[in-house]
Amino acid sequence: MYRNRQFCAVVAGVSMGGVEALRILLGGLPVNFRLPLLIVHHISADSGSDLAKLLGARCAIHVKEADEGEAITPGTAYLAPPNYHLLVEKDGTLALSVDMPVNFARPSVDVLFESAADAFGAGLIGVILTGAGFDGSNGLRKIKDNGGLAVVQDPSDAEADSMPRSALAAVEADHVLPLKDICGLLCSLESSCLSRSTPNETKGNTNDRTR
Amino acid sequence: MKRQDVEDIEIKLLLEGIFQVHGYDFREYAEASIRRRLTQWLQCSGFGSFSEAQAHVLRDHELFNCLLDGITVNVSEMFRDPLFFKAMREDVVPHLKTYPFIKIWVAGCAAGEEAYSLAILLCEEGLEGHYRIYATDINEKTLKQAADGIYPIEKIQQFTQSYQKAGGKRDFADYYTARYDSAILAQKLKNNIVFASHNLTVDAGIGEMHMVLCRNLLIYFKAALKERVLALFDGSLANGGFLCLGVKETLSGRGIAGRYMEMAQGMRIYRKQYV
Ligand SMILES: C[S@@+](CC[C@H](N)C(=O)[O-])C[C@H]1O[C@@H](n2cnc3c(N)ncnc32)[C@H](O)[C@@H]1O
Repeated sequence: MYRNRQFCAVVAGVSMGGVEALRILLGGLPVNFRLPLLIVHHISADSGSDLAKLLGARCAIHVKEADEGEAITPGTAYLAPPNYHLLVEKDGTLALSVDMPVNFARPSVDVLFESAADAFGAGLIGVILTGAGFDGSNGLRKIKDNGGLAVVQDPSDAEADSMPRSALAAVEADHVLPLKDICGLLCSLESSCLSRSTPNETKGNTNDRTR
Repeated sequence: MKRQDVEDIEIKLLLEGIFQVHGYDFREYAEASIRRRLTQWLQCSGFGSFSEAQAHVLRDHELFNCLLDGITVNVSEMFRDPLFFKAMREDVVPHLKTYPFIKIWVAGCAAGEEAYSLAILLCEEGLEGHYRIYATDINEKTLKQAADGIYPIEKIQQFTQSYQKAGGKRDFADYYTARYDSAILAQKLKNNIVFASHNLTVDAGIGEMHMVLCRNLLIYFKAALKERVLALFDGSLANGGFLCLGVKETLSGRGIAGRYMEMAQGMRIYRKQYV
């Protein structure tokens, strides 16, 4: 699958039901998973920065809150800090902004996705998970427009289905999967890029509703 | 070449032109945020491309001011990060009280929210009449709002909550009068604040400050510009003075870091050491 495609990063957006969803998604990735993940989780402005610690304790990969100006490192999941937008620079560093909320949210999924689409182009995998509202739909469309891959959690599997539904209405998703299968997909996408010179790789044989 | 790469070049050229013609230097701002702001501005402007806009922006001062207002991020609140103001009250004010007169620079003051928060705090700590706040920004429009000290009434609820969390000692309603849909700040808060235009990328520092606040502005600068601006603050601060950054900004790894000690845990308040 996706022979000759080299992915360099994953961006994910999640809202209501997010803590549990991130626990499953990040907890399901093996310690040698190399792609960096950049994550916006809608949280209230004054909730602390404890989520990264909480998740980190249960995950094989490294989980941390994003610091401004830091270089993106493989195998690390970065969470947007409460009350700041998270953006990606073209030089592969992270940026923060206190600009107005977008779609009532700061951090906003759209802001992350749109800047990441600019920075990574076709090398980007965008993932929309459970959540209320519609944040992330425009960003996912931009990821697809720039040649990246769109993955959406199956709405029937999501604790809150409006964010995934809105994303599906906006974009032709490449994969619509239950949460637990998204880990597997990410691992296979990563290894497909590592072994991308393997000849005769066949398309298909995944059991998801690939569109 | 991809459309987006062409646009990046157009943005570079526009920023270069703006610097040469209008003297405002955005060339070393972090790109992702300024690209986002410029793109939004372009969409509202009616121009088809940055190249098309450039011809007008470079000739028309009014239009440039409108672009300037579009690309600066002026979002602020009173007592933003209440725990910062609490730490200021508890750990910094006792030191400030040892000076007969306190000079404070609030750089990047937006519409004055932070400067007025500081004024409230200092008055409550018995320092009324013993301080002057120099509050500066590059955005003339928000500077004017700042001098007026008038905010939309719907913001007051949040300001009040943050004031209380920050250890406020009175009723926040003592500090403003509500009129129609506006809250007008009390005159006594305005007395000791000077609002002025100042551009950190091109202007010189302002001397012998006891405290400099520059919060949520360095995040918009690239590393080299951050270094230059921090050196400017360092040169403006008296020994023993305080430098306050945003809660997601840090001195660590910066050139001037060696001369500073971080105060209250995690609140990004640094004290310049006596040498
Ligand atoms: C996000 S606001 C921060 C407001 C406040 N300090 C706070 O933390 O709530 C950033 C402000 O910095 C101003 N600014 C941007 N570039 C500047 C420069 N080169 N010199 C001075 N001010 C600048 C903007 O106009 C804006 O009002």
